[in-house]
Amino acid sequence: MRSTTRLGWPAAHRALALLLLALGMLALLGPVQASAAEDDPYKIAGNVQFEGEAIEGVTITVDGPGGAQVVETGPDGRWNVGVPEAAEYTVTLDVDTLPEGVTLDDPEDDSPETKEVTPNVPFAPKAVNFFIGEGDRESTAFGAQLAQRLVQGVNFGLMLGLAAVGLSLVYGTTGISNFAHGEMVTFGAVMALWIGGTAFIGASLWIALPAAILISGLFGLLMDVVIWRPLRHRSVGVVQLMIVSIGLSLAIRYLFQYFIGGGTEQLPGSSPERIDIVGPIRMTKVDLISMGIAIAVIVAFALWLLYSRLGKATRAISDNPGLAAASGIDVDFVVRVVWVVAAALAGLAGILYAYYRPGIKWDMGTQVLLLMFAAVTLGGLGTAFGALIGALIIGIIVETSSLFIPADLRFASALAILIIILLVRPQGILGRRERIG
Amino acid sequence: MSSDAAVPRAKSTGLHQGEAAPGCAKVDPILVADGVRRTFGGMTAVDVEHVEIPRGAITALIGPNGAGKTTFFNLLTGFDTPDAGTWSFEGRSLAGVPAYKVARMGLVRTFQLTKALGLLTVLENMKLGATGQRGERFFPSLLPSIWRGQDDSIEERAHELLARFKLDTKAADYAASLSGGQRKLLEMARALMSEPKLVMLDEPMAGVNPALTQSLLDHILGLKDQGMTVLFVEHDMHMVRHIADWVVVMAEGKIVAEGDPSSVMADPAVIDAYLGAHQDVDLGVVTGRVAGTSPQQADAVRDQIEAEALEELEQEENR
Amino acid sequence: MDWSQILNQSASSIISTTTIAYALAAVGLGVHFGQAGLLNMGVAGFMAVGAYGYAISILSFGFPWWLAALTALFASVVFALILGIPTLRLRGDYLAIVTIAAAEVLRLLLLTVAFDDVTGSADGLFGFSGSFQDSNPFPDGEYGFGPWQFNETTLWPVVVGVFLLALSVLLVWALMRSPWGRVLRGIREDEDAVRALGKNVFAYKMQALVLGGVIIAAGGIVYTLGSNASPGVYVTSLTFFVYTIVLLGGAATIFGPVLGSVLFWVLQYFLSNLMPALVDAGVLPFMTANQAGMVRFILVGVGLMLLVVFMPQGIMGNKKEMTFVK
Repeated sequence: MRSTTRLGWPAAHRALALLLLALGMLALLGPVQASAAEDDPYKIAGNVQFEGEAIEGVTITVDGPGGAQVVETGPDGRWNVGVPEAAEYTVTLDVDTLPEGVTLDDPEDDSPETKEVTPNVPFAPKAVNFFIGEGDRESTAFGAQLAQRLVQGVNFGLMLGLAAVGLSLVYGTTGISNFAHGEMVTFGAVMALWIGGTAFIGASLWIALPAAILISGLFGLLMDVVIWRPLRHRSVGVVQLMIVSIGLSLAIRYLFQYFIGGGTEQLPGSSPERIDIVGPIRMTKVDLISMGIAIAVIVAFALWLLYSRLGKATRAISDNPGLAAASGIDVDFVVRVVWVVAAALAGLAGILYAYYRPGIKWDMGTQVLLLMFAAVTLGGLGTAFGALIGALIIGIIVETSSLFIPADLRFASALAILIIILLVRPQGILGRRERIG
Repeated sequence: MSSDAAVPRAKSTGLHQGEAAPGCAKVDPILVADGVRRTFGGMTAVDVEHVEIPRGAITALIGPNGAGKTTFFNLLTGFDTPDAGTWSFEGRSLAGVPAYKVARMGLVRTFQLTKALGLLTVLENMKLGATGQRGERFFPSLLPSIWRGQDDSIEERAHELLARFKLDTKAADYAASLSGGQRKLLEMARALMSEPKLVMLDEPMAGVNPALTQSLLDHILGLKDQGMTVLFVEHDMHMVRHIADWVVVMAEGKIVAEGDPSSVMADPAVIDAYLGAHQDVDLGVVTGRVAGTSPQQADAVRDQIEAEALEELEQEENR
Repeated sequence: MDWSQILNQSASSIISTTTIAYALAAVGLGVHFGQAGLLNMGVAGFMAVGAYGYAISILSFGFPWWLAALTALFASVVFALILGIPTLRLRGDYLAIVTIAAAEVLRLLLLTVAFDDVTGSADGLFGFSGSFQDSNPFPDGEYGFGPWQFNETTLWPVVVGVFLLALSVLLVWALMRSPWGRVLRGIREDEDAVRALGKNVFAYKMQALVLGGVIIAAGGIVYTLGSNASPGVYVTSLTFFVYTIVLLGGAATIFGPVLGSVLFWVLQYFLSNLMPALVDAGVLPFMTANQAGMVRFILVGVGLMLLVVFMPQGIMGNKKEMTFVK
């Protein structure tokens, strides 16, 4: 899902790779100069790209009649060599010269780094394409990768936490397992797109993002007024409420697709350029800003929950709704505030997620809904701070697990760990044992 | 049965050995608990050193709100697991025995908040109570010939019990349509379908319409007449005084007193631990059994007690 | 606008492998959710076990189709046991979380390139209907009448599907009228009360989970019998669609899920043909053809909300009879 091209990579590894490259060149240079030349009649050429972006400086070796030749891709990702004969040549891409996070990935081929080609038409370049995919090579030091992944995991976890605390508060105060929470996440991103996207209103991000969060909060208010409050007053059971939220989730999700289509839209200001932070850790500016915002908002939220009158009332209702009502707390009002806060936090999480993925898609929220549920369950159903801890754990598991298992299974790893933890400690990390029976 | 209800029945006496004190030995105990302790996150809910429940008698477990009575019930019946302790029923240890097996051994309970199965009919509720049904096993259930005969005899017994509990006209109705008191009756009747040895009733009077209290009391006394042992939790001291042969008092999770109703209720330790409301009002006044009180007086007292009980119940429910 | 074609298409969906497969899934979910009160949110997972269990047994192990189907059903029993053993002792929402997570893990495992040899990853599996069609007893030719037209290859999976559906409905009917069904409905109402009456609640819930799971998996098998197995089908939305079907027909009824599936698919086909036709005819100038295709999915969501609030007992249910687990 995460698909930025990671062009920058640690200096130490660049040096190591250059050294290897140099050794390779030394071994090969002799014969290349001896027999191959620019005016050879047959051409073999290619274009190394990852998700539409050219990759420069990748070493390609072409071996066959006339000897081996080594070329590097240019700034446009292209390479070509001339060969003397219409015979079979072996083209090898040096995987170590690919940028970090990118590797060869061809499920049909056991050795995706080599291709056999036979150029047969003079001067018409024979194209050789390698399947470049996301992935990690073992050549990068494990510790450095782990550090990078941990930081990414914290980033993802903080973002997930923003959304999960709202989900948890709603569960705690109303008993609803809100399946439409994923759509509340998408909603924030879509609003940011409509207000800030250049193809739409095109407002500056300083206006677009706060406005999107505000509208997300209003969206929460609207849902409470139109759906949840009337259902509360009909005293509809929690399972029914959950199914209502499923219906709502389906309806909103397909409404998004109705309006923005099935493709991916980008928010302005998204840039893949990475800067050095500490040691091997590199992040984009957007990542840094995103983490900063998430931490600031979470701290503010925690203070609100711990010290404000409303926050205390919220926790009181989560603990014991009957007692809270009996002690004069206006449950209806507090629940309404919870919906607004949860929706605004989800909206913010959606915006951050849109930069993280990157891109806005109609079902982006649904993709992380289960991870949010996992975070909430892991932390202990209905506890706000538990959801935060759960989210960080899930974020880190998701990001680091791709060091050990295929990258397309990282969400699965988080869910599998959720299931395992439920077996050992069903009440979650901060939950009380009494709540589960 | 109800014709002789106005005549006070003889209470069972001579149940204990030695002095009536917390944890005293019984002549013939059916249930024995030793060192049973249950804590909820640092708070000790139950900490019972030793208690024996006498066979063939009606024992009341009383105590103020939060004394741990219901928790103790849950522990004894396998619905909750204590942190420590041993407890046995008819000499067989119940530690680690799941709730359903406890019930099969003949120790059946009811719940404070009635658990009538609302969307089953009253008759289905009753039939569910019978044990050892062949048709309740997965594969045999597919062949009616295996279970039809047994099911018919169960149904017959259910109708008899329903008639005794005056629910026979409701047999085909959903249990959800019954009043609170009728549900209590149904729950008790359903428990009897399993032919238990010990019936544990958790607040059988809570939320019951006063018009039904007498009938319920009679049924509880009837259980003893049929040779069953009864252990019940109750807030209402007057009901306790009226029907219990033996009283066990809990406060803050511990057994603080034991004895026959009259001496226990005179015990200063009990009065100290349990400042229950309306101790000065005899149950007879409420049920209208005591002569010399006008119906209006009785109604007034009853209404007051009802209102307070309802409030208490609501609080319990909300918790 | 060609009304006769739209109506014909809609009517033809009454008897299709899709409708039958969803009806089977709905009958199974009816046992879980309607009768036992089990919140199985992993319907897609059980169907995937059926579909892939069948396809993989044929392609990887070379089983004949009937043995492959039995293997798939056995796999669904194992899947149910794995999900049930840890969760059925806990509160109901834990089963919901674990089943939905397990279904998603399974889908991701089917999708990953790591097991491409076995699962075909994103492409799914195909080309395994040979053994099934070899056993086709119908001679070549055209069968059916009106909108229901089949040839021998399309008829055979429908016949097998209808047979399995009838068998499942009969099985559920026989079980639910027995004392076993009585205990199960008691558990739906209040499992502690049933436990206090000496019934092994865990065992009953497990039996119900396995029974419903096997029927749902049979739905997955029917869905793939004559065609292919594709991971894109077994998403959480599938689970929610089956819930909509079950609630539409009546969750606590025996035949309601079948009726629900028929109505659901007739409506889906009707809308999927009608809406683009309306756009073409210029009736909906504010909508593109793509957007017109979305409308029916939006309506499923809205319909599910309205159903569960205003008609939780479904079409065939008795208003008093349908309840929801606490």
